[in-house]
Amino acid sequence: MAHRNFMRKRTEGMVALAFLLPLLVGLGIFYFYAFIKNIYYSFTDLGSFGKATFTGLENYRRLFSDPKFYRSLGNTLRYVVIAVPAVVVLSTLNAYLLSRLRSLSGLFRTLLFLPAVTMPAAIGILWRWLFNYKFGLINALLGKFGIEPIAWLSDPEVALYSVSIVLVWALLATQTVIILTGLQNIPAMYEEAALIDGANRRQIFLKITLPLLSPTLFFVITITTINVFQVFDFIFLMLRPATLAIQYASSLVYYFYDRAFIAYEKGYGVAVSMILFLIILLVTVIQFIFQKKWVHYS
Amino acid sequence: MKKDKHTPVIVFLLLIASAMTLLPYVWMVLTSLKTYEEAIRIPPKILPEKFQWVNFRIIWNKFPFATLYLNTFFVVAATVAGNIVVAAMAAYAFARLKFFGRDLLFIAILGLLMIPGQIFLVPHYQIINSWGLSNTRIALVLPGIFRVFGVFFLRQAFLTIPKEMDEAAFVDGANHLQIFGKVLVPLISSSIVSLGILIALWTWTELMWPLIINRSLDKLTLSAGLAFLIGEHTTYYEQVMAGGVISSFPVIILFFFFQRYIIEGIAATGVKG
Repeated sequence: MAHRNFMRKRTEGMVALAFLLPLLVGLGIFYFYAFIKNIYYSFTDLGSFGKATFTGLENYRRLFSDPKFYRSLGNTLRYVVIAVPAVVVLSTLNAYLLSRLRSLSGLFRTLLFLPAVTMPAAIGILWRWLFNYKFGLINALLGKFGIEPIAWLSDPEVALYSVSIVLVWALLATQTVIILTGLQNIPAMYEEAALIDGANRRQIFLKITLPLLSPTLFFVITITTINVFQVFDFIFLMLRPATLAIQYASSLVYYFYDRAFIAYEKGYGVAVSMILFLIILLVTVIQFIFQKKWVHYS
Repeated sequence: MKKDKHTPVIVFLLLIASAMTLLPYVWMVLTSLKTYEEAIRIPPKILPEKFQWVNFRIIWNKFPFATLYLNTFFVVAATVAGNIVVAAMAAYAFARLKFFGRDLLFIAILGLLMIPGQIFLVPHYQIINSWGLSNTRIALVLPGIFRVFGVFFLRQAFLTIPKEMDEAAFVDGANHLQIFGKVLVPLISSSIVSLGILIALWTWTELMWPLIINRSLDKLTLSAGLAFLIGEHTTYYEQVMAGGVISSFPVIILFFFFQRYIIEGIAATGVKG
């Protein structure tokens, strides 16, 4: 019997290997090997022809004295500070309102979700038009209140905020649905018991709903932070290349793209991506450490 | 819960939120039906005199939407199919089989979810290029097949199925491949549909990878190809807006049909954290 068990275990290992083989081959090439390669490239002068000469720490030395890198880093942090709280607060609000509604809730949920199924390029097209300096709807509406037109997409002082608005608008959709599900998974009896005890809506929301929702909120904050750290699409799609505005709104990922695939300084671009990777890793670890302070798992 | 006396306030607030979401789309559609002069009128007029459906024909003929849609269809279908096969097989191993280093390997794979994708772009570019596959549709499919999210997602699904199901089949003489294919996969088909839709959505919206690996417009997906439309034809706003409608509305209509699966899939990504 013991022998048969042993045999079964051994064959099970072989069966597992067979089932895992496609994944392991793919991960080996496209993640493991690619990751090692990426680290290696960051120490080389890899350009457009795939010839890489080892240059040691040169890329990193250059990085730390590159004002454009520092600006992209600073901008990325600004995007995070602006967009993450906005997305979390607004999607929680939307989800809470949806959860309080019995009829029509499905209709509103569908409408609010639309940006999540629209491709970024189409979102870029429609917001560029709204933000148009001369003919755009937003400046026309502001004009009715006597506000001077704003160069949303070409003023270097403004572009970052315009991109943030679109980013929040686009990211809200998915997070609202995730938080709504979190709210619906909270058993109604807790809130009903509090209502019977005479608690008001605000007390219930702050003292009962939010703590019970905290695991979902933690997930939403983590995912949104990672997403916003990687902001690229709307910068690329809405701002004109090689203008002052795009330089002043550039994120780390945009700078990575610009170096690696526009300037063909792949080695240098890869070094930028390594810094981004380390920052996201650090921020995620910090978030996981601090979650103990505010996330309640039942 | 008892009848909510705040319902009118809630409906009002949700109407505002919906208006903020919908307004850009409405304005896009209205502009796409105007003449050039109407589109750039100051102050803007809301409705066109006459619906200019011709804008759609003009932009359809100017820009290779048909090719881009076909490419997108191929890339999405191949990525979804490939990803589901790879992920479901691996998920079965993690959920049902005992093997050395299983938990460690699983945690390592979960860790991959946290790594920003840009880290892999230059190496992917080099790898695909060295295989002579740049500027092909295959290049757009390959790395996407190995997205690890599905492994995690389908493992959760397999774990909800009682083990007695496969043990009964095992006693009847079924092997692992049969248990996997004939017993378990049909039982988690709704999770597989949700995963397929999520992967389709991610592939459909992917921008940077197609843009860097395929340089010619006729080999791109719609998501990346549309970036060219922004660059080239910006002066004719009404035509660009018609292009925006052509590229966003088919999926919005699909979404109305499949929204239960889409929203359930999205929601499920958050449930387990």
